[in-house]
Amino acid sequence: MLELATIFIPTMLQEITHGIKKLELDARNVRQVVDELEKAYPGIQERLLDADEIREGLAVVVDGDVSVMGMLTKVGEQSEVHFVPAIGGGG
Amino acid sequence: MTSNQVLSEVEFNVVGKRPVRPDGVDKVTGRAQYGGDTNLTGTLQAKVLRSPHPHARIKSIDTSKAESFPGVRAVITAKDLPLASLSKEELGGDYTALKFASDHMMASDKVLFKGHPVAAVAAINAHVAQSAMDLIDVDYEVLDSVVDVREAMKPGATLIHDELRTNDMGETADQPSNIAAHMRYEIGDVTKGFADADLVMEKEFTTATVHQGYIEPHNTTAFWNSDGQLNLWTSTQGSFQVRATVSNILRLPISKVKVTPMEIGGGFGGKITAYLDAICSILSKKTGTPVKALMSRTEVFEASGPAPASWMRVKIGVKNNGTMTAVETEMAMDAGAYPGSPVMQAIVCAFACYDVENGRIDGYDVVVNKPKTAAYRAPGAPQAAFAVESLIDEICLNLKIDPIEFRLLNAAKEGTRRIEGLVARKIGFVECLEAARTHDHYKSKVEKGTGRGVAAGYWPNRGFQSSVVMTVNYDGVVSLIMGSVDIGGTRASIAQQTAETLGIAYEDVKPTVVDTDSIGYTFITGGSRTSFATGLAAISAAEDVKQQMISRAAKIWDASEDDIEFVAGMISHKSDEELKLSFKDLARQTATTGGSISGRSSVDPTGEGNGYAVHIADVAVDTETGKTDVTRFTAIQDAGKAVHPSYVEGQMQGGAVQGIGWALNEEYFFDDTGKMLNSSFLDYRMPTTLDLPMIDTVIVEVANPGHPYGVRGVGEVAICPPMAAVANAVTGVTGHRMNSLPITPGKILEAGWENGKS
Repeated sequence: MLELATIFIPTMLQEITHGIKKLELDARNVRQVVDELEKAYPGIQERLLDADEIREGLAVVVDGDVSVMGMLTKVGEQSEVHFVPAIGGGG
Repeated sequence: MTSNQVLSEVEFNVVGKRPVRPDGVDKVTGRAQYGGDTNLTGTLQAKVLRSPHPHARIKSIDTSKAESFPGVRAVITAKDLPLASLSKEELGGDYTALKFASDHMMASDKVLFKGHPVAAVAAINAHVAQSAMDLIDVDYEVLDSVVDVREAMKPGATLIHDELRTNDMGETADQPSNIAAHMRYEIGDVTKGFADADLVMEKEFTTATVHQGYIEPHNTTAFWNSDGQLNLWTSTQGSFQVRATVSNILRLPISKVKVTPMEIGGGFGGKITAYLDAICSILSKKTGTPVKALMSRTEVFEASGPAPASWMRVKIGVKNNGTMTAVETEMAMDAGAYPGSPVMQAIVCAFACYDVENGRIDGYDVVVNKPKTAAYRAPGAPQAAFAVESLIDEICLNLKIDPIEFRLLNAAKEGTRRIEGLVARKIGFVECLEAARTHDHYKSKVEKGTGRGVAAGYWPNRGFQSSVVMTVNYDGVVSLIMGSVDIGGTRASIAQQTAETLGIAYEDVKPTVVDTDSIGYTFITGGSRTSFATGLAAISAAEDVKQQMISRAAKIWDASEDDIEFVAGMISHKSDEELKLSFKDLARQTATTGGSISGRSSVDPTGEGNGYAVHIADVAVDTETGKTDVTRFTAIQDAGKAVHPSYVEGQMQGGAVQGIGWALNEEYFFDDTGKMLNSSFLDYRMPTTLDLPMIDTVIVEVANPGHPYGVRGVGEVAICPPMAAVANAVTGVTGHRMNSLPITPGKILEAGWENGKS
């Protein structure tokens, strides 16, 4: 049986998903995640993306790893996908 | 007296030892080349004219007198920057970000903070440049200013940017506002969590604008060659970051810009932003000669990037046994004149030490009429830790629970889901707390007239890109080339990881930091990333070298590579014990087996090596004067694996001392209009060795599974706990909760008067 990836919806976007905090999707990369979200909840894509890339200030985290490949990042069958604040650093 | 110790779990041959740093001799003998030492033939000196007003419209700038002043070679204003001639349409979606970056470097229409550059002069020497600069006539229309973060958030507040609208995670507000961005994350059922609590406490906290206080001021030398190549020699934490900024602002391809990072006299996050580079570049283009600029200390304070002032509200619900049932915080940080405070990092870090089912975090990025803030060691996290750890202390006092027991009860562990949703991997917070609980300092009696405070801190420690190249010389010495600027001893820590991987002596690795044309992209030295991420690149490049050496041995022995192994610096045939070569022996044969061997690697690690720290502070407070003295201080931190324990201890001590400065002394004093009044080290009081006890350290080593030697970043988390540790200790002596940093003598006396006792 196909295991689905779990997508955690950022709190501020749960108004678009009618209060749903997380959902399961069949997606193989972050682009497919966003596409599937947009199909189900129109308007969510433009809150996550800017010029077809993850919006500045946000980072995609898949299974605890901060994405370095943006929309091309692979998503596994049981992956957890989060959209979280991007973290920089001082020194 | 110091009792520094390392609680080590694994021993290596080179990693974990304390060798002499490769750059040590040059630095202690004064031969190391800093930016100020750059002197090219014919170099002109530049001075920057800065706004005396925190907020004003530039009506006109007359540079004619300065231009005709003897010895002046060029004068520029924002009109000389390329963006001035490009339209909104030409710049497309990048317009706002580029205009902000360009205007930050030199104001075009409005000045937004005292010290904002409006013009610059290049002349035959600094005195001539200064004299000419005084002849530039700027006609300002002075505007109302706003410097307090909460005042700036109010409807009807003076607007810093007429078109800035709040970005609510991708949704833009209709009306202009000083709130540049808002973000919220939530987990569980916060309302129910607070309803389930036996005790709910809520308080507000504030912190002041503070500066990193690096010794070396910002400096740059630029030479725009007639062939179109721009060369920069500068003091920076990230040469590639400077290259990107300059190429963006000057609309140049990145390949036309070469940045050479000079030795750096401190940064702590403040030397990521490029302030002088584009200015010197334009002056160099106009004059055809090298142009150099060096900030004064006043310029550093007024026009570089301090850490933001903040306002924070924290609410925590607990059961009577101390179990946290719900947490909530709103945090607002001033970004200075342009958006980009670290508040989103602050809210992520705020409760990351704790395993709590229900939580809500809100962050507001707010512009004000102050210099644009920059990163400062764990940006955002120290302010958040001050607020959260202070309220936890209040709860512990209320419930009469030992503060370390409380933290152990609620501590984040492997598998803890944080409020933003991410799950902690293997972390060492519990081990830090245990080390604190069993430390002699914590077990010792609190002296009469003193108080003891405990606090914790967290920083994520992420990776980002790094590149390394290493070449095996014929004598067996490995030249290690990297793009990471060495601030805190990373030449040594990367060389150690290289030596460990190759099984050779540390002394046989020769590290060099090079310019942007000589190595692949490397992200800044910051974010506690360099020993981790550049270390990973070095390990990977060393593995590349090992594989090539196996290949050479296969040629020499006419054997299959599969039959050869590389172990502890020896290359051996697996089944013929007579066939073996040391690293040096084989290095000598590279010329006859195919030429030089070079290993290379570029990495972009995705995992986190979360850092946790626990600090214990004892303070004495003079109740007559309100003066606070730190009498004993112990810093405990999980380093994963301390590659060079002396440098880790130095990072822990440095972070603690800077945090003590935030706690007790340091703040920008502004007048009502936003003019800084204490822009010198005489009036901006940082702690010195005379103010402090020895900072004891305990390095805890809970290996990071995302690194072959277990390394976590160590540079930043050390500044997170000290403010609350000191504040909690002051409460222990005085009985007053100090909600506002710095805890000046005046605030302590006022708290006593308000509570009817001194």
